[in-house]
Amino acid sequence: MRRIALAVGRGLLIAACGLLAWQALVWLTGVPRFILPGPLLVGERLWDARTLIAEHAWITYSEILIGFVLGALLGVGTAFQMILSPFYRTVMRPIVVFSQAIPIFALAPIITLWLGYGVASKILVVVLLIYFPVASAFFDGLSKTPQGPLDLARVMGATPTRIAWRLRAPYAIPALSSGLRLAVAAAPFGAVIGEWVGASKGLGHMMLLANGRGQADLMFACLIALAAFTVLLYFAVDALGDALIARFADPRG
Amino acid sequence: MIDASSHAAAVSAKSGRTPPGFIVEGSARFGDEQLFPKLRLEVKAGAWTSLLGPSGVGKTTLLRLVAGLDAACTFEGAIRVSDGRSLEQRVAYMGQSDLLAPWLDVLGNVTLGQKLRGDAPDVDRALTLIGRVGLSAHIYKRPHALSGGERQRAALARTLMEDRPVVLLDEPFSSLDANTRADMQELAGELLRGKTVLLVTHDPTDAVRLSHRIYLMGGRGLSEMSPPSSDPVRPFDDPDVLAAQADMLRRLRSDP
Repeated sequence: MRRIALAVGRGLLIAACGLLAWQALVWLTGVPRFILPGPLLVGERLWDARTLIAEHAWITYSEILIGFVLGALLGVGTAFQMILSPFYRTVMRPIVVFSQAIPIFALAPIITLWLGYGVASKILVVVLLIYFPVASAFFDGLSKTPQGPLDLARVMGATPTRIAWRLRAPYAIPALSSGLRLAVAAAPFGAVIGEWVGASKGLGHMMLLANGRGQADLMFACLIALAAFTVLLYFAVDALGDALIARFADPRG
Repeated sequence: MIDASSHAAAVSAKSGRTPPGFIVEGSARFGDEQLFPKLRLEVKAGAWTSLLGPSGVGKTTLLRLVAGLDAACTFEGAIRVSDGRSLEQRVAYMGQSDLLAPWLDVLGNVTLGQKLRGDAPDVDRALTLIGRVGLSAHIYKRPHALSGGERQRAALARTLMEDRPVVLLDEPFSSLDANTRADMQELAGELLRGKTVLLVTHDPTDAVRLSHRIYLMGGRGLSEMSPPSSDPVRPFDDPDVLAAQADMLRRLRSDP
């Protein structure tokens, strides 16, 4: 408890310093508010427009969460298939890499064309971003099971599927957890790109509008709503990863 | 001390058949390099046979061949089993490392084999065996909460749980301190009585205390040595045991 309080306190202190520097920059340079609004102005705007922002934020948060969960499940499933079937491994390896090679900016418009302006296209963009790091990290973990337990399982008469499920998967938990950590930071990025390409709702959509109308303060307010969620999500996934590792790996290292 | 002998008898009675013996005959090479020359290792049914030798002479390779594991070498020869059947699924293996799964408690580790085969875990039998190795107080502890000796006991219980007629031991005591090691020798000797055991070790004490038959493995192949005439497990301080140990160490040191 004390450790958490300390961490939160430290986080708040860093944030306060950042805000102070930001405000100082605005005061010292006298930059106009439509170029760079100060944190006080942004805070004011965030409060005034809270209902509107919350309405749009809710959409974006849902896209991020659903996309993250689906992408992670898909990645885990692919990694399992790849470890179990050499054929699937041969076929999927290039596809998995390919999915990462295409810039998501290039793909997002066509996805919007296919799936429309609703949330589905944004979720798919998030899924595509999450899928690769999770699949590749988990597959890596699954294929690096220590030889000793595998030999033991072989002598015991285990089938490859049970070995994958009961030995390889638990040994791959730390790898999966670092894959998830890597992926979660990219998830909001995917949702916002999806919304930029074409949407009628969401923080990305709102930012685009605010930008076009010279409402830099509203733009920043949306950015803060997005960043706050990203940070929370990251720490949640981080804590989940730590809990999983404590449950499955040897705590002495 | 745990009364284990009666249970060992019960366990082998449960399997209901005499364990098979086997003979390994052949040579192994790794690429062009010879791992061990043509040799003949006879492992008698229902007895302990020890394979004693320095590191790097191919003891573990030999054991892996018997276990049906990938030995990363070319083996020219055959493994002949006394009852003519294959050893597949009739072997239990215990190594130097306990190989306990860090996420499973002692009970979960002991029943791991059944779960890996898709059988329902026989919890009652597992608990009995955990009791026999003296871990009743640690049933629900994960390996990291156990000492080195306790972990090796858990591994022994897991090996017994497999209820296989042939047991292959690869340096199972070498990571233990002298005291724990002596305890484990006695415990394993009692609990594995009646099974066909092949023990690979580089420690003369293991071999002399536990074996009915001892092979010394060196660069030129195998030579047989006779253990003291008494029955294993032999007391560590018995003069015959100490003399045999010294003799063995002498021969190990003189082997080029």
